[in-house]
Amino acid sequence: MLAAYLPSLLEGAALTLGVALLSLAVAIVLGLAGCFAKLSRLRLLRWPAQWYTTVVRGIPDLVLVLLVFYGVPVIINDLFARFEMDVVVDPPPFVAGVLTIGFIFGAYLAEAFRGAYLAVPPGQREAALAYGMTPWQATRRVQLPQMLRHALPGVSNNWLVLIKSTAIVSVIGLHDLMQRGGQAAGNTKEPFIFYGAVALIYLGFTSLSELAFRWLEQRYSIGTREGQL
Amino acid sequence: MQWDVIADNFPLYLSGAWVTVQLLLVSLACGILIAVPLGVLRALGGPASRLIWLYTYAFRGTPMLVQLFLIYYGLGQFEAVRASFAWEWLQNAWFCAVLAFVLNTAAYTTEIVAGAIKALPAGEIEAAKAYGMDRLTLLRRIVLPQALRRALPAYGNEAIFMLHGTSLAMLVTIADLTGVAKRLYATHYTPFEAYLTAGAFYLGMTLGMVALFRWAEERWLKPLLPR
Repeated sequence: MLAAYLPSLLEGAALTLGVALLSLAVAIVLGLAGCFAKLSRLRLLRWPAQWYTTVVRGIPDLVLVLLVFYGVPVIINDLFARFEMDVVVDPPPFVAGVLTIGFIFGAYLAEAFRGAYLAVPPGQREAALAYGMTPWQATRRVQLPQMLRHALPGVSNNWLVLIKSTAIVSVIGLHDLMQRGGQAAGNTKEPFIFYGAVALIYLGFTSLSELAFRWLEQRYSIGTREGQL
Repeated sequence: MQWDVIADNFPLYLSGAWVTVQLLLVSLACGILIAVPLGVLRALGGPASRLIWLYTYAFRGTPMLVQLFLIYYGLGQFEAVRASFAWEWLQNAWFCAVLAFVLNTAAYTTEIVAGAIKALPAGEIEAAKAYGMDRLTLLRRIVLPQALRRALPAYGNEAIFMLHGTSLAMLVTIADLTGVAKRLYATHYTPFEAYLTAGAFYLGMTLGMVALFRWAEERWLKPLLPR
């Protein structure tokens, strides 16, 4: 039975991976923007960023996905109807899912990036500028590589949570791994086998991610010393 | 916008919030009861530690949604399960949801406790041994009080993740906060207002928990830290 549905499950797994990677890209962009807005001297930038990271991290991802997918289009269409415009907004679940999950994890990444930025001693940048580097060179050659090292543990944790969170996009009708598993379970009356297979595929994703991040962390901590007990 | 629908059904939200709180408290309480002994064993090393690692690895590496469906829909596949005494329980959505939440949070909490124990300063344990404490006394008087305090910040995060995780209960027919919102959406077609209100409730509860854990850290963790 499992063999017959394996192609379907793998297609679902590919979609899950696609949703997760695109959401991560959205989250990194929003996270960097949120991080620098929070560190900004302008209150006009700091305030919205503070609200964004607090509110989004205070609401379950399932509720946010349902709100964005079902709620926001209704409000927008109401608005269009009020101005008697003949436009109907109906976002595809894929776009709604990627944007919502990216939006949620952008808030978490903003915190991780902010911590990483603050972890690089200011003397590093000052030294780079004293060597005659331009501000952009100091950022690119000195600050960003060190920020990356401090940001990696946070990014890796959030990625692991993110890839598991994508399971909820099955609720808004995406044919992801979870939905394919549920379909196969319903058709074959063997739910344990199929949800078990789904669980194993997720476990494979998270295990591989952990290996990849361990390698990255080693690579980016070259030249740092750790105290030995 | 039809906020009057929300205002008319406000008691429904309160009952949903109460269900969410119950799910959370029962799951966290059972989770801690399982996680503390497992965390100690996990920190001690040996074959038991590796077995526990297998459990925490599996539950931390898969979505809680899959775990919930595996328990609620999956177990009924087997004739032996359906014939057993447990079947009456496993047909109950509430029981399955709590079981999944407990197993999930216990896995994360076990690793938090074990991590905190391993991170204890070696000197504290050596000092206790030098005083002649046996292992149980050492555990009870030194290791657990120290480690559980140091685990507070990480555990606070886990508890908030669990609050958010309980929203999955709605997918197995439970009328928690999210389930109530879905019901209002279905009967009045007000998805935006319904889910936004649920979100506001969760946000309030999250901020409350943040304040609670901050207070607990002030009370129990701060005196330990270097000044």
